[in-house]
Amino acid sequence: MTAYLLRRTAFLVVSLFLAAVVLFLLLRLIPGDPANALLSVGASPDQVAAARHLIGTDRPLPEQFVSWLGEMSRLDLGSSFVSTLPVGPEIAARLVVTVPLTLLAFLLAVVIAVPVGFLAAYRAGTWYGSVLSALSQLGIAVPVFWVGMLLITVFSLHLGVLPAGGFPQDDWADPGDALTSLTLPVVTVALVMSASLIRYVRSATLDVLGSDYLRTARALGSSFIGAMWRHGLRNAVVPVVSILGIELATTFLGAVVVESVFALPGLGGMLVKGFAQHDYPVIQGILVVSTFTVLLIGFAADLVQRLIDPRLRRSLGGNLSGDGA
Amino acid sequence: MNSKTTSLIGAALVLALALAGCGSGSSGSAGSSGSNGAGATAAYDPDATVEVGSLYEPQNLDNTAGGGQGVTEAFNGNVYEGLFRLTDDGKVESLLAEDHMVSKDGLTYTFTLRSGVKFHSGKPLTSADVKYSIEKVIAPDSQSARKSSLEVIKSIETPDDSTVTVKLSGKSISLVYNLSYVWIVNSQAKNLTTTEDGTGPYTLGTWKRGSALTLERFPGYWGTPAANKQVVFHYFTDATALNNALLTKAVDVVTSEQSPDALANFTDNGDYKVNNGQSTTKLLLAFNDRKAPFDKVLVRKAITSAIDNKKLLSSIWGEYGTLIGSMVPPTDPWYEDLTSVNPYDPNLAKKELAEAGYGSGLSFTLDTPNYDPHPTVATFLKSELAKVGITVNINVITADEWYTKVYKNHDFAATLQEHVNDRDVVWYGNPDFYWGYDNPQVAKWVEQAEQSDTADGQTELLKKVNQQIAADAASDWLYLYPQIVVASSSLSGYPVNGLNSQFYAYGIKKSGGRG
Repeated sequence: MTAYLLRRTAFLVVSLFLAAVVLFLLLRLIPGDPANALLSVGASPDQVAAARHLIGTDRPLPEQFVSWLGEMSRLDLGSSFVSTLPVGPEIAARLVVTVPLTLLAFLLAVVIAVPVGFLAAYRAGTWYGSVLSALSQLGIAVPVFWVGMLLITVFSLHLGVLPAGGFPQDDWADPGDALTSLTLPVVTVALVMSASLIRYVRSATLDVLGSDYLRTARALGSSFIGAMWRHGLRNAVVPVVSILGIELATTFLGAVVVESVFALPGLGGMLVKGFAQHDYPVIQGILVVSTFTVLLIGFAADLVQRLIDPRLRRSLGGNLSGDGA
Repeated sequence: MNSKTTSLIGAALVLALALAGCGSGSSGSAGSSGSNGAGATAAYDPDATVEVGSLYEPQNLDNTAGGGQGVTEAFNGNVYEGLFRLTDDGKVESLLAEDHMVSKDGLTYTFTLRSGVKFHSGKPLTSADVKYSIEKVIAPDSQSARKSSLEVIKSIETPDDSTVTVKLSGKSISLVYNLSYVWIVNSQAKNLTTTEDGTGPYTLGTWKRGSALTLERFPGYWGTPAANKQVVFHYFTDATALNNALLTKAVDVVTSEQSPDALANFTDNGDYKVNNGQSTTKLLLAFNDRKAPFDKVLVRKAITSAIDNKKLLSSIWGEYGTLIGSMVPPTDPWYEDLTSVNPYDPNLAKKELAEAGYGSGLSFTLDTPNYDPHPTVATFLKSELAKVGITVNINVITADEWYTKVYKNHDFAATLQEHVNDRDVVWYGNPDFYWGYDNPQVAKWVEQAEQSDTADGQTELLKKVNQQIAADAASDWLYLYPQIVVASSSLSGYPVNGLNSQFYAYGIKKSGGRG
């Protein structure tokens, strides 16, 4: 297990570095000049040149890359071209919104998806099993922002029970206020996310229900619940956990979209604006942080899987049992 | 389903985000907004908080370092003041300058500063601060949109603490007007991108980026104190979210309504007032006047006459907005109605095309910025021009591509663009400007206008400029945007015009109820 952990960590670092290189190059491939964002109609060529010099995009690409790597290694994400303000602290300030939004939405999605997915599989032959299945299909097809607008129309504009958007100026000083403003966004993301999760849970459960081992366990006298608990659940949960890691990353993307609809001061708005203005340090900062997070989540999902499933430990880890974990 | 998969997902996320970003654009144009809320309210709460909703968050807090339209909206006249102020109806008034004198040759301006003015930090205002502030705008690294118009300044002297003498390299009738854009900042202030030290009726409370900026009434203000205690600018990126905030009373007023469809929620609703003010934002179909076929006046006139601007405007803004027929909006002193110079008349257009040698038709590419309303307008133009035998190829580009391709490289046939500044007809006097309109007579009038001794002389010459560019159909001025301020009916005293993106908040009165 220790060897596995070391290998996995090295892999994490290499992936992050490669992601950084790809990110840096891709951004520069998008046609455009960041200096444009600093200018307005009426700017003279001198002003354009001065703007380029100011933000350093007049330097050769390799030089820019090396200086960026240098900053990164000092955990400094640089300063925005447009606002001239440091990127790191702003990302930190906005994570206060995006992280709770993502995690809460994810948790809610799991809470919805697991029982519903199980039911949809267990009652696959009945009318409500089919209805649940069809609803989850529909949920996958519906865009996040549309669900958000629908919820705003019902709960804010008509019923007036929840705010249509915004976040308290003092962040989490009053957790009640903060949670109130996050309620609709969380539900929005969770509804859309749970739709695809339901389908994973349903198909994993179907596999288990049709398996020989479950039938054998029943034949040996186990109750259905007992057999499901001892054998079925453990098998069904393996593919679901692996998909959860990916889903958490997708939830983050959903949060980015929903922030604009609900006027939340999270990472999403910052990223969209960064792109519009070719503000490389802002885009790079956010994407490096989020890529790192996604890689970490993948790492964690792998570990959890290995804890659940002894077969993975034997075939990949080299060691026989979970000694290090 | 292990490490390889998850790392792929990480890379896919990066790609997805990168691609998502390619499509989003933002208008990079410079500023325009202005004052005088309607409706008198009887009793108002002098300690009220006014919640303002806006789509224009400042980039940073320094208008010479790329702060943009947002910082002008929040700070101009509220936190910072100039020697002069541009009022909501387009007039220039003295503000921090009590008096000013112009020498006979028009090359020396002497300003006397108002006494008793203090910065928010407590330091009294002196002539050194004025000199510092003007020099900041014309410095080599300045990103101010007004830099070029103030480059006529040769030197600034400060004979004593309350006198500033500005020497010019040539006469400039617009100097006083241009100085209304120069914020007077404390010459010793630091970190002006995140803090402020101005002389205005408000100080900066907090700025939570991506969310809101708070202004607090400044107790040491030299003039009439603000009619409210606090102003909070709430920032939105989505026009629908902004309207929802107004509908749920999370904000009291929207500085500039950009979503025509949403207006129906507020008109005929006693809780709100929809104010139809004057903007200075013009939507242009700009031709590249250098290149065939648009180097021919007749072709440009034909296109102008082939497009039904009235129908275009009403399809986008309904009953709002104005037709102008030239570059000059009604709030500029040299405005006149020129909509009849190139009237909508498809038959005339066909005749003019034939006369220009394009009787069998022509085709051109229209570079269209990818944000509203340009794509809709392009489609409309395409169908209008098809009726007179002109084929339009719509080429959608981002704001950024527009700057590089059209604005800097002049590599285009025709383009759509909004021009937001007031008094910007003078660009037709510059043959190097992106649209390449080159008429030496017009250039001369523009130059002479700037050197006039009187405002009347300037107005007369710029009227000539305006008439000439209309006669030459230098561009096709499709329409003037409306400036729509929607406010709760509990508010009064807010600005309603769209001049220079400014939003003077100190006169806003809020009556009872919600604090």
